[in-house]
Amino acid sequence: MRGYTVRADTGLCQGHQLCQGEAPDVFGFDEDGDVVVMLEEHPAESRRTDVQTAVRYCPAFALSIEED
Amino acid sequence: MTTSTSSTSSTTEIPEVSLALDDQSPDVPEIIRGTGHLPEMRVDPIGLFARVREECGDIGRFRLADKEVVLVTGAEANEAFFRAPDAVLDQAAAYPFMTPIFGKGVVFDASPEERQQMLKNQALRGDMMRGHAQTIEAEINRMVAGWGDEGEIDLLDFFAELTIYTTSSCLIGKPFREELDSSFAQHYHELERGTDAIAYVDPYADIDSFRIRDAARERLVALVQGIIDKRKERGTVPKEERDLLDVLISIDMTADVVTGIFISMMFAGHHTSSGTASWAMIELLRHPDVMADVVAELDQLYTDADGTGPVEVSFQALRSIPVLESALKETLRLHPPLIILMRLVQEDFELAGTTIPAGTVVAASPRVSNRIEEDFPKADEFDPGRYIDPRQEDLQNRWTWIPFGAGKHRCVGNAFAMMQMKAIFSVILRDFEFEAAQPLDSYRDDCSKMVIQLEQPCRVRYRRRVR
Repeated sequence: MRGYTVRADTGLCQGHQLCQGEAPDVFGFDEDGDVVVMLEEHPAESRRTDVQTAVRYCPAFALSIEED
Repeated sequence: MTTSTSSTSSTTEIPEVSLALDDQSPDVPEIIRGTGHLPEMRVDPIGLFARVREECGDIGRFRLADKEVVLVTGAEANEAFFRAPDAVLDQAAAYPFMTPIFGKGVVFDASPEERQQMLKNQALRGDMMRGHAQTIEAEINRMVAGWGDEGEIDLLDFFAELTIYTTSSCLIGKPFREELDSSFAQHYHELERGTDAIAYVDPYADIDSFRIRDAARERLVALVQGIIDKRKERGTVPKEERDLLDVLISIDMTADVVTGIFISMMFAGHHTSSGTASWAMIELLRHPDVMADVVAELDQLYTDADGTGPVEVSFQALRSIPVLESALKETLRLHPPLIILMRLVQEDFELAGTTIPAGTVVAASPRVSNRIEEDFPKADEFDPGRYIDPRQEDLQNRWTWIPFGAGKHRCVGNAFAMMQMKAIFSVILRDFEFEAAQPLDSYRDDCSKMVIQLEQPCRVRYRRRVR
C-alpha cells in the first residue's frame, strides 16, 4: 500500500487547534508561534481516517494530504 | 510602513471592464453621476464582477468614483491576493459603508495576530463550541416553540431574528441576550440595509437608506442604554453571572461605544448566517431528492436506536453530518454571503506579475470564483456530490472555493457557522416538513446594498411531522 505525506501550511494556520483533537500524535502546537507543528509527516495507514478528518475540518484550510 | 496613497505606478496596464450602465444617465442619482461603475454596482454587482472576469481575465479593473478597483479571480491571482502581506493592505478603508454603522473609533477588523489572540481567549475557541451548540439548540427550540401544527414563515424575518439571539448569546453573553426581543433584530436589520454603495462617495450622504441607518443605530444605543441602566440599578453580581456588558460598564464605556462594539462583534456572524440558512432551505426545497437524503440522514442520526435516548443535537452538530454538510457547502458556494472582499493597497505590491499601485483597491469575488467552470464543472448547478470523496471540490480548489475567504483572514467563525447551520437544520427538519409558499424561482437576493439579503417576500410553509 502507498504511503502518504501530511503537510501543514503555517502561513495559513490560524491556531484553532482542531487537528490536535482528531490526531494528537500527528499534529502538535507551537504555543509561542500560535501555529500547528507536524509531529509525524508520514503517519501509519491506520491513522488515515483521523488525519483525513483533521484535514477536512481544518477551519483555516491549512492542512493537506499528498499520496506518495 | 509607508502609508502613501500616491504611487509612481499606474493601473493603466490592467484591462478595464466595459461600462454597462451609463454613469451620466438621468436615472442615476445625481450624487453618483460620473462615478464610473458605481451606479452599476448598486443595481447589478454580480453582473459587473462576472463581466470583469469575462472581459479582462484573472486581473481586471473597474472604477468606483475616485477609486480604481482591481478585481482578481482564479486560483493563482486569488492565492496571491489572500497571501499578500497584511502591512500592504488595509481592510477598513476599503469598506467606507461600515464606519457609520460601527461608529467612529470602533475597530473594523483585527490583525491576524489579534485574531489569533481572540481565538485563544474568547468566544470562538474550540472548547467553547460545546456550550455554543447547546445555546443555539435552545434558541432554535424557543423560536419554533410558538409554531402550530402548520403555518407560514418569512425566511428573512425568521432567520435574521434567530441569528440575533444566537450571535448575541454566544459572542456577548446570555444575560445580555435575555434583554433582547425582535425589536433589536428589526433595528439591526435596518443597519444592514444602510450599506448603499453611495458610501463610496459619501457615507453620510442625505439619502433615505442612511437616514434609516442612523435612526436605527440611535434606537439600538437607546436599547443598550436601558440595559446598562438596569444593570447599574441592580448592582454587582457574582463573577460567574457577569457577561461582557458588565465588564464594559465597569470601565465606564458609554452606551454609544458599547453599542458600536456589540454591533461590530455581531456583524460578521449575523447576515452571513441568516442568509446561508435561508438559501440552504431554498436549495433543499428546489432539490427534493437532496432534501430527502438530508432528512433520512438526520432521522438515522437522531433515532433512539438502543433505547437510551436519542443523541443530542448539540452533541451531533459538532460532529460529522456528511450529507447535510455537503448541501450546506454547496449552498455557500452558490450563494456566498459576501460577494466581494476588498482591501485598500497601502504600498505598491506585485500580484501574480502585475504591479498594484498604492491607493488602489484590490478585491476578490467569492461569487465569481466559486462558479469558475474549470474548477467546478457545471458550476451553476446545485450538486452536493462535489464534496464527496474523491472529488472534494472544496479542498481541491482552496483558492477558488472561497465562501469564507482564504488565507490568514479566512473567516475565523467558519467552524462556529457550520455548527450553527447543522444545529438549525437538525432541529427544524426533525420536527417539521417544509414547502415553498411561492414559485421556487421567485426567491432571490436583493443586491442593491453592499450587505446582500434575501428579497421579500421569501415565504415557506411548515407542517409538523407526524411520526
